[in-house]
Amino acid sequence: MKEHKKKLKLKVSAISEGTVIDHIPSESLFDVISILELDKTTNMITFGTNLDSGKLTNKAIIKVSNQFFENDDINRIALIAPHAKLNIIRDYEVVEKKVVEVPDRVVGIVKCFNPKCITNAEPITTSFSVISKEPITLKCRYCEKITHENQMVIR
Amino acid sequence: MSKKDLISIMDYSKEDYLRIMDMAADFEENPNQTLLEGKVVASLFFEPSTRTRLSFETAINRMGGRIVGFSDSGSSSVSKGETLHDTIRMVSQYADLIVMRHPLEGSARYAAEVSSVPVINAGDGANQHPTQTLLDMYSILKTQKTFDNLNIFMVGDLRYGRTVHSLLMALSQFENPIFNFIAPEELQMPEEYKIYLREKGIRFFEHLEFTNIISEADIVYMTRVQKERFSDPMEYEKVKNVYILRNSMLKNTKPNMRILHPLPRVNEIATDVDQNEKAYYFQQARNGVFAREAIISHALNLK
Ligand SMILES: [Zn+2]
Repeated sequence: MKEHKKKLKLKVSAISEGTVIDHIPSESLFDVISILELDKTTNMITFGTNLDSGKLTNKAIIKVSNQFFENDDINRIALIAPHAKLNIIRDYEVVEKKVVEVPDRVVGIVKCFNPKCITNAEPITTSFSVISKEPITLKCRYCEKITHENQMVIR
Repeated sequence: MSKKDLISIMDYSKEDYLRIMDMAADFEENPNQTLLEGKVVASLFFEPSTRTRLSFETAINRMGGRIVGFSDSGSSSVSKGETLHDTIRMVSQYADLIVMRHPLEGSARYAAEVSSVPVINAGDGANQHPTQTLLDMYSILKTQKTFDNLNIFMVGDLRYGRTVHSLLMALSQFENPIFNFIAPEELQMPEEYKIYLREKGIRFFEHLEFTNIISEADIVYMTRVQKERFSDPMEYEKVKNVYILRNSMLKNTKPNMRILHPLPRVNEIATDVDQNEKAYYFQQARNGVFAREAIISHALNLK
């Protein structure tokens, strides 16, 4: 077990320039990658998952070289990784730390929970107002129905 | 919003409600005002609703407008798989106004975004049916002369009934309403509406039956309790007769009290009530034409 951890640490080792996103729930790792469109980038990305963490029993970490994110972009992951922390790295040093914040409005990303909603029948970008941030509660702009945190499905 | 769509009852302010009421009264006095002359209204019924469609089309005809459209999607390009987006894009090039009914929730809001002309929602699934609410309001104003200090009884299926939800939201904009919700356990008013009323400091009470309290009512708004809504058919059998209004129950009611129902009725109002002067549901349906003439005028700035 100890050996395994050591190996993992090596694999997600330090980057010289870029962003480290930490404290991602393991089950959200691939959704975070897709929301941030890291599956389309040409920058070097390393990630580790199922790491032990004090706060989360299972956490994941992503290191993206030579890429920095706007707050609006990074807040999009708040829905699925509300405790994520960002370290901005310059020349191997952490120069800035950021936390994510649930935005007031969520466009795209989440599917409306209402099966009778028009957004589930036609190719329409979903849009929700955030009526509660803890737990996250979304109200659909179209059908006006509520999607609760435990009902959220990422599109 | 520069375009005057009517999608949800909360799209209108209190001032808008009152303006619609004034205009509806004016149309009732003189229903044939040719304000729509030279205009084309698209009446798009993606699911059939004869009652609502006839009411709208009567309003349009009385105003001298012309109608294009369809009365159910089976006879239109929609059945060939055209998206709502494309249908609305096309129709909004032809018509000056779109009236639409659609089985999917949120379809009207989406259509309003796509359309270059105003959209009036004639029902989007279980979501909204704002023109029904405005005609309910017009009926209440006509019979009570005010929206303030009214004791509103809502009876039957308060869980799924969109008409009661919208009416509750609209009447909450006025002074000092009191709501009495009478419904079986399984069909009670959803929590979100009760939270809304509590936040606004509006009084409401919940009851399982209403025979003993009906004397306090100014308005009794009846809805149908449907068997399909119950998870246990035995529960339905137990309550099915509790939510039926009978003439004998009206004996000690207030003189100004009136009974409303969105129609069609099945058995939730006994036919012996029809002869009572407090039965107002047929006049209510007639008011729908005047309310819709007013809504169309408002949407197109005709008055
Ligand atoms: Zn929706």
